[in-house]
Amino acid sequence: MNEGLVFAIIIGISIASAPLIFAAIGELVVERSGVLNLGVEGMMIVGALAGFVVEFHTESSLLAVLAALLAGMAIASIFAFLTQILLTNHVATGLALTLFGLGIAAFVGRSYTEENIELISEIHIPLISDLPIIGPLLFGYNPLVYLAFIMVFLVWWFLFKTKQGLILRAIGDNHDAAHAIGHNVIRYRVLAILFGGAMAGIGGAFLSLVQVPIWGEDMTAGRGWIALALVVFSSWQPFKVILGALIFGGITVIQLHAQGFDIRISAAYMSMLPYLATIVILVSLRIRDKNKTNRTMPNCLGRIFHSTT
Amino acid sequence: MSNGRLTSIVKISLLSAIMALTSSAFADPVKAAFVYIGPTGDHGWTYAHDQGANHLKDKMGDNVEITRIESVAENSDSARVITSLARKNDIIFTTSFGYMEPTIKVAANYPDVKFEHATGYKRPTDNISTYSARFYEGRHVIGKIAGRMTKSNVIGYIASFPIPEVIRGINSAFLAARSVNPDVQIKIVWVYTWFDPGKEADAANALIAQGADIIMQHTDSTAAMTVAEEKGVHAFGQASDMSAWGPNAHLTSIINNWGPYYADRVQAVADGTWASSDTFHGVPEGMVAFAAMQNMPDDVKLEAEMTILDLEFGDVHPFTGPINKQDGSPWLAEGETPPMFPDIITMDFYVEGIDSKYPN
Amino acid sequence: MIRLIPRTEPSKAMIFLSPLLALVLTALTAFFIFTFILTDIEVSSVFFTLFVEPLIDTYYISELLVKAAPLIMIALGLSIGFRAGVWNIGAEGQYVIGGITGGAVGLYFYNVEGFWLIPLMSIAAILGGMLYAGIAAFLKTKFQVNEILVTLMLTYVAVLFLSAMLQGPMRNPSGFNFPESRLFHDSALLPIIWQGTRLNVGLIVAIMLSFLTWFGIKKHLSGLQIKISGSAPRAAKFAGFDDKQTIWFSLLISGGVAGLAGLFEAIGPAGQITPGLPQFYGFTAIIVAFLARLHPIAIIFSSLLIALTYLGGENVQIYFNLPSSITNIFQGMLLFYFLACDILIQYKIVLFKTVQQRL
Repeated sequence: MNEGLVFAIIIGISIASAPLIFAAIGELVVERSGVLNLGVEGMMIVGALAGFVVEFHTESSLLAVLAALLAGMAIASIFAFLTQILLTNHVATGLALTLFGLGIAAFVGRSYTEENIELISEIHIPLISDLPIIGPLLFGYNPLVYLAFIMVFLVWWFLFKTKQGLILRAIGDNHDAAHAIGHNVIRYRVLAILFGGAMAGIGGAFLSLVQVPIWGEDMTAGRGWIALALVVFSSWQPFKVILGALIFGGITVIQLHAQGFDIRISAAYMSMLPYLATIVILVSLRIRDKNKTNRTMPNCLGRIFHSTT
Repeated sequence: MSNGRLTSIVKISLLSAIMALTSSAFADPVKAAFVYIGPTGDHGWTYAHDQGANHLKDKMGDNVEITRIESVAENSDSARVITSLARKNDIIFTTSFGYMEPTIKVAANYPDVKFEHATGYKRPTDNISTYSARFYEGRHVIGKIAGRMTKSNVIGYIASFPIPEVIRGINSAFLAARSVNPDVQIKIVWVYTWFDPGKEADAANALIAQGADIIMQHTDSTAAMTVAEEKGVHAFGQASDMSAWGPNAHLTSIINNWGPYYADRVQAVADGTWASSDTFHGVPEGMVAFAAMQNMPDDVKLEAEMTILDLEFGDVHPFTGPINKQDGSPWLAEGETPPMFPDIITMDFYVEGIDSKYPN
Repeated sequence: MIRLIPRTEPSKAMIFLSPLLALVLTALTAFFIFTFILTDIEVSSVFFTLFVEPLIDTYYISELLVKAAPLIMIALGLSIGFRAGVWNIGAEGQYVIGGITGGAVGLYFYNVEGFWLIPLMSIAAILGGMLYAGIAAFLKTKFQVNEILVTLMLTYVAVLFLSAMLQGPMRNPSGFNFPESRLFHDSALLPIIWQGTRLNVGLIVAIMLSFLTWFGIKKHLSGLQIKISGSAPRAAKFAGFDDKQTIWFSLLISGGVAGLAGLFEAIGPAGQITPGLPQFYGFTAIIVAFLARLHPIAIIFSSLLIALTYLGGENVQIYFNLPSSITNIFQGMLLFYFLACDILIQYKIVLFKTVQQRL
């Protein structure tokens, strides 16, 4: 194996992982606040379309990413309204959101399947990007890949280094107690859900703007569901989302590369591994956390909050 | 025979002649329906069938009424969709292999409706036809181009499922490439999907990273073409003209040209001459066509065009012996060509020279 | 801004009015959308095709029942757990595993005749589904691992396992490597109960199960309110069962029924096992259960309603050349409105400013 191939594999994994990081880091904040939104796939596909359409009409990548973000938020706001104001069940509402998102994106996007756009390309900093090894390894990625990592850092910083982050986690763990000491549970949760929508939207747009510059219905191909698994895999720890995304996204890439070297591993069995690993992690978390009060999984995940006062 | 009787016979025959004329001139349009596996915007398999339906409409105008239904899953839903269509149509094209059993079931219940099943091989009732194309002839042409154009001598092949149709394509492309370039090798990556742009792009990237400078695909999306364009290598389109996605990468595309067949079959229904048949057309009949040859030197282009001509005149067969199977056992003797059945229809082996292991 | 005030007891009127209101709102929204996007088609005829035709044509009635049967079965199993606050959202996986284990028995005894074959396959399917859901029950009772997450993870695994099976041992030996099983032989197929249609005994099983569940709930679940909020506390227990038993009971029942539904789909309308077996039924059934507010008899009707959106969606595509995505949009919207309107049962809506603000 030459180093070019190693770089290609690393860059390939980064491209496969980045949309998962976006969607998962958003959902992580949502779940940390105690809300389970199963509509990630629906929010991603809407973001993928919005990004593509705006890129096609304006040729501005910045506007395209912004549009994806807003579109994700817009569709997430339906979920926020239903679950937070009208107190509907999270699981059912999330499933409905997935169906609705897939449907509306396919419907609106029909006339765009014929089109193609310019990819958002990798950054290239003169001199630095050309350095041997560290050049391509550190400075040769797509700008959105860096943004994904930055978002992970920002989310970590927010959750664990700010007062609001502390409150958000407290709400996720015990909304009644948080409410009792005067925190606005619903406001925090609505904002968390909107953030989740925005991130899922960008994750979707990553597919249509960076990975392949085309639009096709069902182009998310289940990545929203993988992101949900990824949040659990990370045991709700932001930095572990990166590790998980590299594994979940990387397994496909490595499997495809392995085929080129004639190493045949059943794609189906290999793809099961991360999900099985996630279950093992869940169990080990529980065993480890048994005697601790500081559990990582939000206690109120998926529970409905209604203040009686 | 009295005179009066004669005139009445003349009258009757005249009348019936007029009636026959009017009925053909003002006949109800033939109702034709198409069942698609994917969305019509996939730019691959379904798109090509939909283009065929458009051609049919252009050709027959008001004499045909077309219904199309897309994204019909290959499960219990498909039999219902086909039945719904059979209740209201004269002829139904079911355009995916997975519709085979449902098509057969519904056809048995609707003997007056004609069924045309793409890529299938079962015709238990005489209202079912099957049709497919000798796509391996198309692969023969692009194999030659690839063999000439590759600098790294590695051709990357994105394959979907290890079914005979796909295996034929790989063997045909490889043999053609070898015939013009004895050093060429082919790297095959199985993605086990027909349509997943992300995964197809990943596969193209993997192949390019491993040295492939020509990408062939047997999947439906335009993803691989866009990757080739971005990475500065060459690629062939699949099922429809994909040049728009790779202005510099696109060499040519194999075009699935179903239109003329659809027009013939629906016209046959209109004429009352439709009969169950098995069609397996290729380059000579025009069912396998090509997009414009581009981004290649003139001599390569000329050779490709000559190869197409040879195929059209039946002068070459993509599988002409001597050819051994991958394990070295003989398949075809010197100058021998294989029978359609079983060799071509059920092909389940690589030919000698392909490095990759045969998938199980 | 609005604010919700809990009612002292659930509104009886709203139990019946809210679904009607949801239907009306869905229809109004759809009408608005269609009027906006369809320029050359009568909106009323689209509506007729969507909602009426499948109900007046015997062929579509039979298909409606065929489509509804697996949804009824899966939703019933799920509703039992949901009432007890056990969230099995992986019925899709249990359905797939049931289809595989039950189907494997049928394929193993290929061309063997016998009255015992379908019962044996059914047992295999139920056990398959139970075992699969049992993993979540074991992890929940032993380690307190969240069943929502475990069942969801296991769904992905099951779907991948199905594709491995169809590319391997269950692939039709004479099917040219296409990832499909062979067709089940006649004595492994469910008997048809309406000649000339695809309607099979699966529907009878589904309806019997509905009534069985209804009586069961009436008898054993005393004092259990209709809980639609999903915050069903652990207090909502089955009479005489403790927490752990409730978890095991809920998951095994819902898993077993989902497994059976998977088999019935394979040996009913499908006739073979294909990668398309799952059809999202396991998730759609969650929607069905919520539309029915977890009531076993109402589940029959909500299944039919969802089945109607599938058939109607197909037909507007056939008649008016509208895209298939209409179905998804409709289902999503319908559920949004249903969930939203159900709030009226437990809560009164009052204007924000009329209550004392303390947030």
